[in-house]
Amino acid sequence: MRLARGHVLIGVNDETLLAGVRDVEAALRRALEDGGLAEEIEIVETGDLGGTGLGVMLRVYPDGVMYGRVGVDDVVEIVSEHLLKGRPVERLRLPIRPATPTGLTQKQPRIVLENCGVIDPEDLEEAVAVGAYEAIAQVIERGVLPAAVIDVVKRSGLRGRGGAGFPTGLKWSFTAPGEQKYVVCNADEGEPGTFKDRLILEGDPHRLIEGMMLAGYAVGASKGYVYIRGEYHLSIRRMQKAIDAVREVGLLGDAIFGSSFSFDIEVKKGAGAYICGEETSLIESLEGKRGYPRLKPPYPGAVGLWSKPTVVNNVETLANIPPIVRHGAEWFRSYGTESCPGTKVFTILGHVVHPGLIEVEMGTKLRTIIDEYGGGMSAGKAFKGALIGGAAGAFVCVDCLDKPMDFDGLKELTAVLGSGAILVLDADASIVELLDGILAFFKHESCGQCAPCRAGTLALKTISGRIRAGRGRDGDLDRLLQIARTMQATSLCPLGQSTILPIKSALEHFREEFESRIG
Amino acid sequence: MKTLLEKYPRSREHLLDMLHDLQDAEPRNYLTRDALRAVAEYLSVPLSSVVSTATFYSMYSLKPRGRHIIRICESPPCQLVGAETLIDLLAEHLAVGIGETTADGVFTLETSSCLGVCGVAPAMMVDDELYGNLTETRVVEVIEETRRRNAAG
Repeated sequence: MRLARGHVLIGVNDETLLAGVRDVEAALRRALEDGGLAEEIEIVETGDLGGTGLGVMLRVYPDGVMYGRVGVDDVVEIVSEHLLKGRPVERLRLPIRPATPTGLTQKQPRIVLENCGVIDPEDLEEAVAVGAYEAIAQVIERGVLPAAVIDVVKRSGLRGRGGAGFPTGLKWSFTAPGEQKYVVCNADEGEPGTFKDRLILEGDPHRLIEGMMLAGYAVGASKGYVYIRGEYHLSIRRMQKAIDAVREVGLLGDAIFGSSFSFDIEVKKGAGAYICGEETSLIESLEGKRGYPRLKPPYPGAVGLWSKPTVVNNVETLANIPPIVRHGAEWFRSYGTESCPGTKVFTILGHVVHPGLIEVEMGTKLRTIIDEYGGGMSAGKAFKGALIGGAAGAFVCVDCLDKPMDFDGLKELTAVLGSGAILVLDADASIVELLDGILAFFKHESCGQCAPCRAGTLALKTISGRIRAGRGRDGDLDRLLQIARTMQATSLCPLGQSTILPIKSALEHFREEFESRIG
Repeated sequence: MKTLLEKYPRSREHLLDMLHDLQDAEPRNYLTRDALRAVAEYLSVPLSSVVSTATFYSMYSLKPRGRHIIRICESPPCQLVGAETLIDLLAEHLAVGIGETTADGVFTLETSSCLGVCGVAPAMMVDDELYGNLTETRVVEVIEETRRRNAAG
């Protein structure tokens, strides 16, 4: 292997592709050739570099300098100034702390995104070099019992990162006995404002494969499925490529590491249905049917895919498993809060200076997230509120700025952490319009199976539409609440049950905005 | 059509993949009656059951669409930064309503739930390509670039 003096990491993902990363990369290669540096500096394509909305991003090692909004015209300057003479180009430099490739800093503990933006996600060797498949190898070679794997996950206190926050170890332990079981990775990420799973799939697919293998080992499943939403072309391609690569070397397949453990994974592509993010609906879709949610109980752990016991976990949840198995439950518990250990990947969007993706300890305050990681409010405007958890989430106001962001800290505010999407709103944002957009979303995404949700989402959108148009009628606000409450009590699945969250919270904090449109 | 289907075992779990493949192979981006019938026969399930599944998912269409499909995001993060104005602008520029195809058969305009690229909101997809940080000028540019590419080949 040739050793290079320096490395330039290029973030290649859906966003940077549309910002012209391919042209920048070609220009960089030419400039390195022209400057006689082609042998000394290596270009590495990686996934997300930890920011979005910043155009083409580069990270230069060994100094760890991050550049953003790099254009073809900037390349020559970066090469001649920084790579040749060692003087970083300040005008392109981003005020983002580089994640250290060796791990965790107190400021930005990176557990889930540890390798995202550090390794080439399409190269198995790079993943292995930073510890991929070490946990599963140790477990198999030391003959650790499956029950002991479940136990360490239980003790770690890891809770499901898809939104509901159910303890993962407990979910695994509920898996019924049976000859054939399945592990399903829920990568049908559709909650508005959420794209954390996409960046894990694009940035470190091997982490996810290992997480699924450990889940399969723990519950006794030999087959796994990754259900990725159909719009995520790059995620599907990278995941498939990673699976092919590990299958090739025998890490997936029969008798892994010469043991009696066999496991394989198949990628399944969704076809555009938000409801398929609900676990039983996802299972129906995997079976090739309409994605109608099933009645629970029985839960998938007892009766799942093809009626067999099935564990369904979110991408971020599974990405936490390998480090927990490798470093232990105590290590994991040293991050986050007592009831919600570990980190959380948030997408921070809306009226902030640096919208993007961050990983912080559970329990970090909203104020810290906005000011330190989001760079503060954009255009110096005042904070009005935020929508937390996507469409099936809740509005919060100024009172929430100093509350800990975790599954329990938000509960007392009748808000939910959900998928971790934070849409920050400044004083000019219209809550009436946003709520109307959310209700349009629910009306469109209601699957139509049960009457309360089918009729309820339509009624909610109709009422909200006339309020927005300034033609609201007396009693409309109570009507919204009453319908949403009925849906909460009678709908079959969490979709219909959650319209109450945005409606109730919007009216609680911003009622006067609605009243002004009722004539 | 037969060769596309025979890639898969005759099992219902592959239904969505088959529908994706058949739709992608059709220049007008939709599932023809023949395609739906072929899948039903191949899997030995009733045609009604295949149609019922196909109509559930928003990525499939049972009527002919344009050669290029525009999916513009209308979810809250995009809405907050002006997606609604852009949707109106697109409809006007193309002289179609949402879900309709232009008279020349080049474009179908669809709205979409969150595309997962909120960091560059407002965003849209044209076929498999993503476009972000959209403005009124940029939207029209993208459409005209696509139209030129379409005319060229």
